[in-house]
Amino acid sequence: MNALRIGSGAGYSGDRIEPAVELAEHGDLDYLVFECLAERTIALAQQVRISDPQGGYDPLLAERMRRVLPFVGRLAGRRRLRVITNMGAANPLAAAIEVRRIAAELGLGLKVVAVLGDDVLHALPGEQLLDNGQTVGSLGERLISANAYLGVDGILEALRVDADVVITGRVADPSLFLAPQMFEFGWAFDDWQRLGRGTLVGHLLECAGQVSGGYFADPGFKDVEDLARLGFPLAEIDADGNALITKVAGSGGRVSRATCAEQLIYEVHDPAAYLTPDVTADFSQVGFVEESVDRVRAQGASGRARPEQLKVSVGYLDGWIGEGQMSYGGPGAVARAELARGVVLKRLALIGVNMQDLRAELIGMDSLHGPRSSVEPWEVRLRVAARCDERSDAVRIGNEVETLYTNGPAGGGGASKSVRQVVAVASLLLPREAVKPRIEE
Amino acid sequence: MKLHRLAHSRTGDKGDTSNISIIAYRAEDYPLLCEQLTAERVTAFFKDLLEPMAAPVRRYELPNVQALNFVLPGILRGGVTRSLALDAHGKCLGSALLDLDLIIPT
Repeated sequence: MNALRIGSGAGYSGDRIEPAVELAEHGDLDYLVFECLAERTIALAQQVRISDPQGGYDPLLAERMRRVLPFVGRLAGRRRLRVITNMGAANPLAAAIEVRRIAAELGLGLKVVAVLGDDVLHALPGEQLLDNGQTVGSLGERLISANAYLGVDGILEALRVDADVVITGRVADPSLFLAPQMFEFGWAFDDWQRLGRGTLVGHLLECAGQVSGGYFADPGFKDVEDLARLGFPLAEIDADGNALITKVAGSGGRVSRATCAEQLIYEVHDPAAYLTPDVTADFSQVGFVEESVDRVRAQGASGRARPEQLKVSVGYLDGWIGEGQMSYGGPGAVARAELARGVVLKRLALIGVNMQDLRAELIGMDSLHGPRSSVEPWEVRLRVAARCDERSDAVRIGNEVETLYTNGPAGGGGASKSVRQVVAVASLLLPREAVKPRIEE
Repeated sequence: MKLHRLAHSRTGDKGDTSNISIIAYRAEDYPLLCEQLTAERVTAFFKDLLEPMAAPVRRYELPNVQALNFVLPGILRGGVTRSLALDAHGKCLGSALLDLDLIIPT
């Protein structure tokens, strides 16, 4: 076959939808992949599922599908387009049902297949140790979710039964892109060299706009044309896994050696050992060649045998974070904000709020990277945040900032306050045999 | 000269660990970055933010994209999900590092 064309329709759950529609309509694609699960997303989705057994999948699933499904399947004069996505989150089955309903509503005859088996919540031994030093058992009722990072297996099975839309829960991000390459080119599960190359393609595409000019512009140093209409990337891949990264002609953004280099290293530790469930990929010798504007060839990836254990992400409740903010402006803003900071901290101590951890900073001065001598700013914003075991304590944080209006230094304005439950994430490793991917047609 | 003039950067997070790429705009500047941007130099730059008990900062080289990758364990203090930081992902760290001063040989 000629080059396989895979596009990236989302880099995270809340991502823009228009570039995905642009890719579906004008990308001449074989596959459109939506990667929508950050580390904590499944734990949050599981909380939704607990209160609504038919919920717990991506909130934008319906809107995305409504917009792209009209281009999916076998349409006259077009390549057959299929969709692969982890938007199933904590409930791939319910997500598949919803997609089938939308397809029927649009009058489309599409096969929608769910990939299951990542949820290992009820299979974990209590004495299993987490990377934070706690055991699974010690979390008790605070434990919300445990999902193994699946590899390509379930998606391959779904493609074999001719799915038009594949909906998964937790799958390693690059595997969403590697599976269609293995399926189309017939790569063996131990063809490590090609799997390493295919994983590079997945890694470059998985954050969507981050390789096509998003999260890149630094005016005067790195400029990006028409960032407002940023297009999402696609890869043209040959049977050996050699790939060219590009985007739809006429879309905004830029694909260059520099954008590819930034994404190559993004969220990578040792570039010679990028671990996925499918392969130990080696990106250390990767280079990029600009063949023409917005067309960049990736070369030099390789791979070694896959890890024997699978990573499992465990979500658990870990108290509450309360926060309050207040702005100060004009001459003496910093001195008044610092006085306000001291007053709030003293009041929290006086009323005996129980806190696990506390942070008080001045946005515009020291909130990101600590203090540094600089000229007096025209405005500054006090932020106080604390993590508490009890919600009632967390509520007090924002309240004590808000009361600065009538009880603090002169001229505070724009108070805001919030309380949120902490859903923390830890990880553990399970033997591969303990995890059994399967599909539901 | 500020590092910002010679290189660009992106920061990623996994758990409570950040990784910061430093990528030379021009291949001819890469040896200078390799020489001056040591793991020790980056550790000193972030000394107030790093967790004292965490594993040391590691540096990896990616010569074909003229880049260095710094891995900073523990700097996210509990990770994105538990951290009280405004920028819990540590996304801004790489931009701060570009403020580092380099000595340009004359």
